Amino acid sequence: MSLFDRAKALLLLEFVKGMALTLRYAFKPKATVNFPFEKGPVSPRFRGEHALRRYPSGEERCIACKLCEAVCPAQAITIEAEVRADGSRRTTRYDIDMTKCIYCGLCQEACPVDAIVEGPNFEFAAETREELMYDKARLLANGDRWERAIAANLQADARFR
Amino acid sequence: MVGYFQNLFGEGFGWFVAHILLVLAIALPVMALMAMSTWVDRKVWAVMQLRKGPNVVGAFGLAQPFADGIKLFLKETIIPSGASRAVFLIAPMISFVLALVAWAVIPFDAGLVLADINVGLLYLFAVSSLGVYGIIMSGWASNSRYPFLGGLRSAAQMVSYEVSIGFILICVVLYASSFNLTDIVESQKGAIFGMFNLNILNPLLLPMAVMFFISALAETNRPPFDLPEAEAELVAGYQTEYSSMAFALLMLGEYMNIILMCALASILFLGGYLPPIEWAPLYAVPGIVWLFLKVLFVFFLFAWVKASVPRYRYDQLMRLGWKVFLPISLFWVAFVSGWLVFSGHFHGSGT
Repeated sequence: MSLFDRAKALLLLEFVKGMALTLRYAFKPKATVNFPFEKGPVSPRFRGEHALRRYPSGEERCIACKLCEAVCPAQAITIEAEVRADGSRRTTRYDIDMTKCIYCGLCQEACPVDAIVEGPNFEFAAETREELMYDKARLLANGDRWERAIAANLQADARFR
Repeated sequence: MVGYFQNLFGEGFGWFVAHILLVLAIALPVMALMAMSTWVDRKVWAVMQLRKGPNVVGAFGLAQPFADGIKLFLKETIIPSGASRAVFLIAPMISFVLALVAWAVIPFDAGLVLADINVGLLYLFAVSSLGVYGIIMSGWASNSRYPFLGGLRSAAQMVSYEVSIGFILICVVLYASSFNLTDIVESQKGAIFGMFNLNILNPLLLPMAVMFFISALAETNRPPFDLPEAEAELVAGYQTEYSSMAFALLMLGEYMNIILMCALASILFLGGYLPPIEWAPLYAVPGIVWLFLKVLFVFFLFAWVKASVPRYRYDQLMRLGWKVFLPISLFWVAFVSGWLVFSGHFHGSGT
């Protein structure tokens, strides 16, 4: 360190410059998204909470082919199926263990009838572990609640599939 | 007020009650101020990082410190099995109490001081030096590696910077010819051209004011000198094993020390309870408001530095303390005293 540098260091010029910079930043617009009140944009491909969809007639889409159960890398899906009274094949049990799920979206990719989808919802934290063991009723209810958003997302993403 | 209570309860007990009330009248606002200072600290820090900071609990997040306090209060106090129980629990109390007793000599307005002792500055210096015991004891009693290292660092750091703080204080004392804090404030009245009541505008004291500020940062373990709790290396330093109210007391003590240093800087260099400019209408504002504004300003500087400067390395910290601050402040004491003798500053005071 030369004598000149030492003298300069004593005047704290670098500190003054640095602090002037932070003071300028203090008056810039904030980058914060005020989360519970504001939300960031979510892509149509976003893989959030699962939902089982229905046809517009109200008939559930799932045909119990079990492709999703087979493809699931985390083995989070459990399906049991029976033939219904009208002769069509339907699930009697469709469980997803949300604590196992890795949100890879392979179930959605595998589904031939767009029944199981990952919706745009990411706020489904629960207080107990048990609440995250989703059953068929819960998934269908999710589908009913999020149908419009899910349909819009599928539509938006359809041309890339 | 003391007389009133002595009439009411008798000589001795009335004195006791009156002083308890006086102590509470200082301690409670100081603790409230401390709570708000954490809010100011976080807000300033956030604003400079393009964030918003606490803004949900209460208006502008003003109730956040109290929410934090309640949260800490409800937590379980965990005492590590290897810890030395008594010392572990006494340490936070020591750092809290010492930070609080120092306020006894702070003059909030002309004559508005609990203990108007003639060595007030010495008392403050002694109490703030004792503060290191709380940290060393908490570091030692935790019986854990990180707190121990944090405690050691803190001890070395505070001792190093106290030396130069001592010399800086002497410079101011030479100007005021008194150790009494009220006298120091009054000595700044019209000190600069009879117009400004700020020691900091004195070219001989300006460098000391800057050095005092930096030493105060080191003394209170604030960034960029927060090595005792350097979270990147030492988890949280001496606070690592603490939880619940024990942690809250350590935290309170730390922030109270910071505000104390802000108050001290205001009293020594910014004219304490005097308005900055010697102009009669400004005296209409109560002195305590001026002191509050000055403390707030210095605290803003503390938070501003925290948001701007990265943490020092341990050897850099020691180098700065012993090889830069100590020689400069030592030289400056000799320089200032020489100048004051030469310019006849002491003729009137009879020393």
